[in-house]
Amino acid sequence: MNFAFSEEQQALRDQARKFLADRAAPTRVRRILESDAPYDRELWRGMAELAWMGTAVPEHHGGAGFGYLELCVLAEELGRCLAPTPFSSSVYLATEALLLAGSPEQQGRWLPRLALGEAIGCFALAEGTRAPHAGNLQTEARGGRLGGVKLPVPDGDVADFAIVAARAGDGPAGAVSLFLVDLGAGGVTRTPVATVDPTRSHARITFEGAAAEPLGAPGAGWPLVERLLDRAAVLLAFEQVGGAQAALEMGRDYALGRFAFGRPIGSFQAIKHKLADVYVAVELARSNAYYAAWALSTEAAELPVAAAAARVAASEAFFHAAKENIQTHGGMGFTWEFDCHMYYRRAKLLALTLGSTARWKDKLITRLLLGEAQPQASRADT
Amino acid sequence: MDFTDSPEEATFRREARAWLEANAERRTYPGETWKARYGESDGLARAKTWQARKHAAGLAAITWAPEYGGRGGTPIQQVVYNQEEARFLVPRGYFEIGLGMCIPTLHAYATEAQKQRYTPKALAGDEIWCQLFSEPAAGSDLAGLRTRSVKDGGDWVINGQKIWTSGAHFADWGIIVTRSDPRAPKHKGLTFFFLDMRSPGIEVRRIKQVSGASNFNEVYFTDVRVPDTQRLGAVGQGWGVSITTLMNERLAVGDVAGPDFDEVFALARATELPDGPAIENAAVRERLADWYVRQQGLRYTRFRTMTALSRGETPGPEASIAKVVSASKLQDIASFALDLQDMGGVMLDATESPMRAAFQEALLAAPGARIAGGTDEILRNIIAERVLGLPADVRVDKELPFDELPTGSAAERPRR
Repeated sequence: MNFAFSEEQQALRDQARKFLADRAAPTRVRRILESDAPYDRELWRGMAELAWMGTAVPEHHGGAGFGYLELCVLAEELGRCLAPTPFSSSVYLATEALLLAGSPEQQGRWLPRLALGEAIGCFALAEGTRAPHAGNLQTEARGGRLGGVKLPVPDGDVADFAIVAARAGDGPAGAVSLFLVDLGAGGVTRTPVATVDPTRSHARITFEGAAAEPLGAPGAGWPLVERLLDRAAVLLAFEQVGGAQAALEMGRDYALGRFAFGRPIGSFQAIKHKLADVYVAVELARSNAYYAAWALSTEAAELPVAAAAARVAASEAFFHAAKENIQTHGGMGFTWEFDCHMYYRRAKLLALTLGSTARWKDKLITRLLLGEAQPQASRADT
Repeated sequence: MDFTDSPEEATFRREARAWLEANAERRTYPGETWKARYGESDGLARAKTWQARKHAAGLAAITWAPEYGGRGGTPIQQVVYNQEEARFLVPRGYFEIGLGMCIPTLHAYATEAQKQRYTPKALAGDEIWCQLFSEPAAGSDLAGLRTRSVKDGGDWVINGQKIWTSGAHFADWGIIVTRSDPRAPKHKGLTFFFLDMRSPGIEVRRIKQVSGASNFNEVYFTDVRVPDTQRLGAVGQGWGVSITTLMNERLAVGDVAGPDFDEVFALARATELPDGPAIENAAVRERLADWYVRQQGLRYTRFRTMTALSRGETPGPEASIAKVVSASKLQDIASFALDLQDMGGVMLDATESPMRAAFQEALLAAPGARIAGGTDEILRNIIAERVLGLPADVRVDKELPFDELPTGSAAERPRR
């Protein structure tokens, strides 16, 4: 039984935490919150110097050639400090899409630049406020030209290219494909869109005859979308666990230092039990995330089930931790000056960005019913 | 990351499994218990035989030192053995308290001669132990106990009442914490002993639980004499001794037995609701997903604990979540499973109710799971204080003499 990160991975965590404590301190995150800047460019450059974007990209594509466990470690630390960067869009989604389905030419064109943080990619799936699925996408590509509106697209305003899920007008009826679209080319209009978390930029992208090249087999797009979402769900689960742990610690620290009725509020069971419940939720989420990390890093058949479970647990734990952190702070928690709202905003944003928790719960049950590989019946299990 | 045994663990697992295959029986249906198979009196006799055989094979106390009859093995070997044993029908509820709590307390406070005298017999199942702690007015607040001990020559004389004592009706020995000085503040006037459960003046009465079963007892003490040589720890230091016992209890209490996600998932797949199969109902699916995530979360949390043990490290505090999560999960699953059975859910009938009425049984047993071995509330206090480092509650009873503390009447039981 070896269900823990290695010493080298722990060293990577220590290094990342030190770097981020300085470069992504709450005051710096707040600077993005309170400005029009879409992300922290200086932080992004620093991360690029450490080659974080290429962590799981093979060396022959210009990456560092580590694995997904290392990327999970970084994701947890980035989530912990609420890093305001397009890391998740560019690394967990665009890079993964190219690795999964890109042609050698597409990979050669983008992966080396993505791995160095010189290019930013994004993933465009949602089309407004109805849940996207294989049957309701309106964006359509025909004859290599894309038309439609994607909204909201995380980091769509700063990305160099987008991976777009759209109906393949040339393929069989109703088929969905992924398309790679250069966002600097003609036929693309981008406008920023406000979200509940201004530290993460989102855009409306209108395509009017934009040049679109297929990514992966034509018409095979929806299963690819699902695979992509699963992989990103594991990595985002680590960001969520990191954020949840930070919110828990913030609430704990405040409960120790704030006195009411002549004693620290952390000595009241109403606060203790609340924070104990948050701790339980975070540990359940962490353990589910670890299992999903194992599945992702070994390309295990258990990945779809493990990813859905990790996503459900992490989305709920982070929002739970963030909302109870505000509650523990009382009125102070509702002020702009305290950082509580930054966790609250990010928690809800991350819980929706790959689809709602309710939909992931539904997916989880569907997958269990399909008998998709159940968690490994370890010999070491009861 | 991987989930495989180290070579040494794999070897030990093979040995343990081979011994169990040769010496233990399989269940004939999922969830079958020793007591269901053998009944009460035959169950006890057979349990003792089983324990003697297990001890002879060196498996009764894997981590204990060989000079006391242990194997001198590692904590991970104990975990591996427990996992293998869980696949078989073995006795539960006879020896765990003695080996898990009482004997470890003796080892911390008794004389060498006493350790030599009591340890091997407990390991072999010759002598069964019980733990006399809780009282009608002292549960979560154990230090509020009132059972009196008074020194009389070379003996102590004990009067009072204990409750929730598992196995007192068949135990040979017990450990007991008593109040020797009611004028001292409550944590400072306690003294701890072990005693012969057949001493004159001890009366054991079974308690009938919500579930109808009787796993616990009330134990009454009338002028029970205990030699001073059976005192554990100094006079007035009984609270510290009790903490030793309770620390061992926390290690012993883990997941709660009973139907879990797999069982309720199977029930949902087999159930037809008015608007179609239950398993296609969104509300049903959402609840199932919640329990799956909790079940797997606990499972992988155990893997994390095992990893620490396997590396020879002390596990982190994450193991403390197991009971607080699993007891409520059991209650919620049981209640929901009865809902799925609609009007028929009221039946507790091994032939009519699904899975031999396992969900109905679980519904009635679950309240106890949320209380025994630390209530949900006490466990949350422990997480808050020991894991998160939050301060202990303010105590109004810490400095006052015990006999000046206010008391209430809620602990008195209804008379029938």
